Amino acid sequence: MILLWYVLIPTVAAPLAWLAGRRSPAAARWVALAGTAAPLALVAAQWIAATDRLSAAFTAAGPGAAGLAAGSWVVDLRAPWIDSLGISFFVAADGLTLIMLLLTFGLGLLSVLCSWRGITTRVGAFHFMLLWTVAGLAGVFLALDLFLFYFFFEMMLIPMYFLIAVWGHERRVYSAVKFFIFTQVSGLLMLVAIVALVLIHGRATGVYTFDFTQLLGTPLPAGTAFVLMLGFFAAFAVKLPAWPLHTWLPDAHTDAPTAGSVLLAGVLIKIGAYGMLRFMAPLFPDAVAAFRTWALALGAIGIIYGAVLAYAQSDMKRLVAYTSVSHMGFVLIGVFAWNELALQGVVLQLVCHALSTGALFILVGGLQDRIHTRDMARMGGLWRVAPRMGGTAMFFAMAALGLPGLGNFVAEFLILVGVWQVSRWAAVLGAVGLVFATVYALWMMQRAFQGEETHRLSFPDLTRIEVGMFASMIVALVLLGFWPQPLIVTARQTVDGLQRMTAGTALVAPGADASTSTDGASGGPAVTDGAADTGSAPATGDGGAP
Amino acid sequence: MLSLLWLIPALPAAGSVLLVLFGRRLGRGGTAWVGTGSVSLSAVLALLVCGSFLAAPPAGDAYRQVLWTWFDVGGFAPAIGLHLDAVSIVWVLVITVVGFLIHLYSVEHMERDDGFTRFFIYMDLFVFSMLVLVLADNLLLLYLGWEGVGLCSYLLIAFWQEDAQNVYSGRKAFIVTRVGDTALIAGLFLLFTHYHTLEIGQLMHLVASRSPAPDSGVVLAAGLLLLGGAVGKSAQAPLQTWLPDAMAGPSPVSALIHAATMVTAGVYLIARTNVLYTLAPDARLAVAIVGTVTLLLAGFSALVQRDLKRALAYSTISQIGYMFLALGVSGWEAAVFHFMTHAFFKALLFLAAGVVIVALADEHDIFRMGGLRRELPAVFATFTVGAAALAALPLVTDGFYSKDLIIATSLGSVDGGAWFYVASLIGAFVTGLYSFRLVWLVFFGARRTEVSRRPRWRQLVPLYALAALSVTGGFVWMPAWLGGFEPLRKLLDTALPPAPMEGAAAHFAESVGAALITILVVAAGVGLSYVLWMPRRERTQAFAAAPSVQPLVALWLGGWGFDWFYERVFVRPVKRFAHWARHDLVDHVVGGIAWLNLAGWRGLSAGQNGRLRGYLAVTGLGVVLVLAVVVLR
Repeated sequence: MILLWYVLIPTVAAPLAWLAGRRSPAAARWVALAGTAAPLALVAAQWIAATDRLSAAFTAAGPGAAGLAAGSWVVDLRAPWIDSLGISFFVAADGLTLIMLLLTFGLGLLSVLCSWRGITTRVGAFHFMLLWTVAGLAGVFLALDLFLFYFFFEMMLIPMYFLIAVWGHERRVYSAVKFFIFTQVSGLLMLVAIVALVLIHGRATGVYTFDFTQLLGTPLPAGTAFVLMLGFFAAFAVKLPAWPLHTWLPDAHTDAPTAGSVLLAGVLIKIGAYGMLRFMAPLFPDAVAAFRTWALALGAIGIIYGAVLAYAQSDMKRLVAYTSVSHMGFVLIGVFAWNELALQGVVLQLVCHALSTGALFILVGGLQDRIHTRDMARMGGLWRVAPRMGGTAMFFAMAALGLPGLGNFVAEFLILVGVWQVSRWAAVLGAVGLVFATVYALWMMQRAFQGEETHRLSFPDLTRIEVGMFASMIVALVLLGFWPQPLIVTARQTVDGLQRMTAGTALVAPGADASTSTDGASGGPAVTDGAADTGSAPATGDGGAP
Repeated sequence: MLSLLWLIPALPAAGSVLLVLFGRRLGRGGTAWVGTGSVSLSAVLALLVCGSFLAAPPAGDAYRQVLWTWFDVGGFAPAIGLHLDAVSIVWVLVITVVGFLIHLYSVEHMERDDGFTRFFIYMDLFVFSMLVLVLADNLLLLYLGWEGVGLCSYLLIAFWQEDAQNVYSGRKAFIVTRVGDTALIAGLFLLFTHYHTLEIGQLMHLVASRSPAPDSGVVLAAGLLLLGGAVGKSAQAPLQTWLPDAMAGPSPVSALIHAATMVTAGVYLIARTNVLYTLAPDARLAVAIVGTVTLLLAGFSALVQRDLKRALAYSTISQIGYMFLALGVSGWEAAVFHFMTHAFFKALLFLAAGVVIVALADEHDIFRMGGLRRELPAVFATFTVGAAALAALPLVTDGFYSKDLIIATSLGSVDGGAWFYVASLIGAFVTGLYSFRLVWLVFFGARRTEVSRRPRWRQLVPLYALAALSVTGGFVWMPAWLGGFEPLRKLLDTALPPAPMEGAAAHFAESVGAALITILVVAAGVGLSYVLWMPRRERTQAFAAAPSVQPLVALWLGGWGFDWFYERVFVRPVKRFAHWARHDLVDHVVGGIAWLNLAGWRGLSAGQNGRLRGYLAVTGLGVVLVLAVVVLR
């Protein structure tokens, strides 16, 4: 039952917050705080409790190919939902899920805190939307039934739309509609692909089900697999966002309230990476392998394009938004490199980017609350006015440019060294992207915080809540920079499982990657296991992927 | 004792963190104590640890201390581990001892500055990062230190950040060095992919055992990529352009980071990975060429600078060029030796220059100084010692011993050659010229600016200490014709291969005769500089301003036009593209789709206007069109 609470608590807290908001805004805030803090505590407890199991299973034979059977999952609930269509309420969690849930509730909590002063209108409704977004996100990361996944995927869209459209900034309606259309259209493509997959699977086996674990290894002609894969890719690439499908993101980020930006950058766009890891690649490994070169190119372009565009902005929030495009390029190339190094890097990048970019958004939001502008042309020399804010901004600017000693560096290094095994050029372009990251990060610091103080602004430095929020994020990033091992261990089973699920397909080239080959050697039988489990899929892949 | 090694970098790190947390409450006195105290403790500890290392060398002449495993992914498990051997001992001692002296100097130098605490936070963080760089037992941890010193360099160049020009200089330093770092990290990817480890000792062992067969291309590529990183960090051609601008930072920063320690990180890296360069002669040759070209280019630039610190910056570039030349001709130990002596005399020169600049109320132009010999006698004495060491005045300066060794190696090593020898002699001549030019212009002649502030003990003690080191520092490795007292060489032999000095050229290069040539060249340089800038100063200036010479002077003054070139080829195109694309090119496509929909809607709704005649006409036209298609088909 525990997994269900993750969805239930914020879902139930949401109307409570709305009701409380009618009494007083403070009450709504406290309810929302409890509605995110409680599941955060729960997931933290579950994480700690699972530590032994997560690390022990790695040294043992490892999880079986489909994962479920060997017990790397905490399968919690598998209740029939729409039985006639083979749709069930099927939620489960593994290490990756735990990490994503930690992110969801952690950043949910931060977005409640950072709205404490900034949101003053319709406070109850605001927290209702916020909590429902969090609930939808939790559902997305838990669902293993593809229909259920799609349901949550769409469900969190609506409260997020309202967050932007109602509490947003200048062009809020335009941005909210753009965000909605982009996600909706691409989501529909994914739905079509899901239904097609279910039908093909049903015709072949007679069992019509949306259960992801049963759909795994459905024999597909290469061409069909490729088209279906593109359906999933469209949805996840828009979410991520991958170049050139990213243009909703700068608008949505810029016009969203701070809490919305934090959730968007911290968790929502991570669904793209999560979906590729969890569903797209295991379902269509050969098609993904065939698409690899293109995806690597898109990712590499995204890294540099995002960084250059970030440099070109004068709206500070928009600048931070474009850095996300750049950083998610790393995630994209990491996913498509698909070796252990890169995948661990991707997971780490999801967490570290959430922290560092979330912090930058909170910072920009705080700045906007104080000086009522995000235009860097109207800033300058702010360090003198608010030295703590300046120092904090410098720290997170360094995180953005991948300074070693912070988690972002470990993540980007692992991704690039993994990508190097697959494509040197993509890795080199990624490394060049780090130079451009330096350019925009330092330029941002100069325009906002350094240089001459021309505008004679005067405002208070960081508040206590802000100091607390930033301090916790700084400590987390430094910890991850010097000791990311807990996170790596947590994700290890998942990454291992993914490797084994796709072993023997074109995605995992034998001998191409030293790390996986040495790893496979330690758990000899498991490798054959994986090959047998997915045996049906590569059989069609042999027919020649496009 | 050795097990306390980790405390050497940890102490400055702790100092930095303490200052971040409690800096405001500590006040200036407390900040100075924490900032300087942590580094001084670190220096004492470094002396103790290195002393016990030398007294009883551990097995394999190296001590390794693994603190914890950084991370472990699929068999790639770099450690947070420290490695102490002869090479790192030299660097650690220089960093902590010179670092301590510079911290002490800074307490007085920065006493009136608003950012006193911030300054010491950055300085302590720098010392920590630099120590990590030279103590790291694997290349990834080395890279952590490498980027950490880059960050501190940026923060300290841009320290007076109200002035946008300073911030620009800081950014330039960070970005240009990061260009080199891209090559370095690609080198790490390559090495890891082929050898599955980044632990330096193991890596070098693997490289050596597998060579020359099938990996020679990999070794060459790795050598060149690491050289790319070294070139950026050590301000060598073609990435040297950031260092002269880096002089925007406070003088102690220039002394510590941009002269004594950080800029020699590239020398350290190449010396540390010398196996790669031994096995890839082309990569080694590239190092030698980079060094030679840089030492000449920068030497001539130093000759015409008007800004005291810029002149010293170009001389730093030039001297590091010497170190690269030494590395390139397999004189690994000579490079380390020159690093050490250079750290002493160049730190001294910058600290003395800092006193001069403050004394003259922030005057940087050497042509507006002059006559300070009587006003600031202590500074005059110590600066002259430093300049003499820079010029390599024979016997009594440490610079002579190390530079003469490099010049000898460039000729006598089997990897050396006449070209390198001649270039290094020309460099020595130019060094004599420009180093004493500064002495004549700053301390002799008529007084042009009033002295407004005089150094007290916190500045004088470091000056005297460094002057003493600049004299005695060279005695640890005397040439054979002077008795051959060479404890440093014996120490370095435990960690580095000796220079391959063989044949007649080597015999000559190590003889008194060759040393006499060096001495004569240096003496000629110093003598000519006396003539040019003492009795004939006006004529020299008139000559430099003459229309036929002026373009060359301008070229040298601007550092051979590298900045000009980069500005046009890299900076402006990127800026222009960014400006042109700032509204996101891709979004125009999206906007275009939206616009098409809107336009279609407008067009169609305009047609739906209720006018029967229009409807009829369109229907008729349609019928005709359909018929036409059917009939004509």
